[in-house]
Amino acid sequence: MTQFLFYFLSFVAVAAGLMVITAKNPVHSVLYLIIAFFAIAGHYILLNAQFLAIVHIIVYAGAIMVLFLSVIMLLNLNKDNEPAKSNILKLAAAVAGGLLLVTFTGTLKGTESIIASQPFDDQIGYVKALGKVLFNDFLLPFEVSALLLLSAIIGAVVLVKHDLK
Amino acid sequence: MFTPDLIFKVVLILSIFVITLVIAMYSTYGERKIAAFMQDRLGPNRAGIFGILQPLADGVKMFMKEELIPDISNKVLFILGPCLAMTTALMTSAIIPWGSNINIAGTDFSLQVTDLNIGVLYVFAVTSIGVYGIMIGGWASNNKYSLLGALRASSQMISYEIAMGLAIIALIMSTGTLSLKEISAAQAGFHWNIFVQPLGFLIFIICSFAETNRAPFDLPECETELVGGYHTEYSSMKLGFYLFAEYINMFIASAVISTLYFGGYNFPFMNSIGLSSNAVAILGVIFLFAKIFFFIFFFMWVRWTIPRFRYDQLMRLGWTVLIPLAIFNILLTGAIIFATNN
Repeated sequence: MTQFLFYFLSFVAVAAGLMVITAKNPVHSVLYLIIAFFAIAGHYILLNAQFLAIVHIIVYAGAIMVLFLSVIMLLNLNKDNEPAKSNILKLAAAVAGGLLLVTFTGTLKGTESIIASQPFDDQIGYVKALGKVLFNDFLLPFEVSALLLLSAIIGAVVLVKHDLK
Repeated sequence: MFTPDLIFKVVLILSIFVITLVIAMYSTYGERKIAAFMQDRLGPNRAGIFGILQPLADGVKMFMKEELIPDISNKVLFILGPCLAMTTALMTSAIIPWGSNINIAGTDFSLQVTDLNIGVLYVFAVTSIGVYGIMIGGWASNNKYSLLGALRASSQMISYEIAMGLAIIALIMSTGTLSLKEISAAQAGFHWNIFVQPLGFLIFIICSFAETNRAPFDLPECETELVGGYHTEYSSMKLGFYLFAEYINMFIASAVISTLYFGGYNFPFMNSIGLSSNAVAILGVIFLFAKIFFFIFFFMWVRWTIPRFRYDQLMRLGWTVLIPLAIFNILLTGAIIFATNN
């Protein structure tokens, strides 16, 4: 069952990912990207990482993609006014993408030995385990990133207040 | 395969589904009656005694009406919109604890479909993806008014989600768990969270109005400016789905508020009146629904007494009042927890 779900979700994620870059309409691309995010959240649940899955949905599908979608709807992009990039830029983008692929392959190639040395802990994705790790081993980075996010929210409020003057 | 547990779950899911739909149906009737009462009118009184069959008549009308799909709109997304709105509205009911355990023939059954250890976050996630139904429908209609309604809905929901999330953080700090079952159980008797988090409750309920698109925050369908907002182009049962989803959202929001802040299925003196645990569980369900009905009434009460906000007022309230207030609430909760632990 788990294996079947894994292949099903992987298929959905890859197919949706392909549709993101091949769809003609930018709004359709965003919608396919949302489907891909949901498939990845499904993968997290298969790994018992419920917290990660739900945060993934809240942050990416629930907030960032809504923002993307509303901006694209506002711009009303279509074939006539789509900004065309020069060939040099396209080539640079292809090279950068290829380099990213090489990096990922290199990083993920070494994971077999890590998986073999550390048995899978099915409690690892639960809030309790995650909280213990975050507040014991990674307290400073966690607090710093929390402060960063908070200051971003406060910054937005300050900008809004500034506009009123 | 067919264990008693599984059969119980299926029955529970189906009954929650049916109850949700019936309550949403009769909320439309309730809303019209309450509006009529507040405006010194009679309200629907033709179909059946006191107009009690009015929702059925409305349903038949919705199904019988001609179905129009605009020629230039995106057909698949146009149909997907109301479907998504309905699905996301129904999803949250899966994790609400409708009652404590009930004992049938020696086995305990939980009156909750599933207890996630991230329960509160699940509610939050479903709320945040709830906007897609409106956005997709509004965009696919290919109508300026619909698009404006959809854009308003998306920015309104994103803005109020922040304050809502911050209010939930303060609640989690004082309860120490994310599971709705444990949050409910911790409020046994009269130890309701409203007494611990009054400010958080105020922020949460204001955000609930914005998230369910109810007046005074119903800007996405503001008929004085946008004809019908995101559902301008919809007719027949697709329009019915959108309207219905709003009432289901209101019911679920009331259930979440009751569970998080008003003790869920708990009621005062529940353990000292000397009833059997099954009787207490059933009374608990009745009390939960009484709280839910009160909040549904509250939603309607506000709609018919407070005029609609202007869009800039709505945004200013969300960003410059509710968010600072919610951050202050977190600081206050933290200070109190620190003081009581020392």
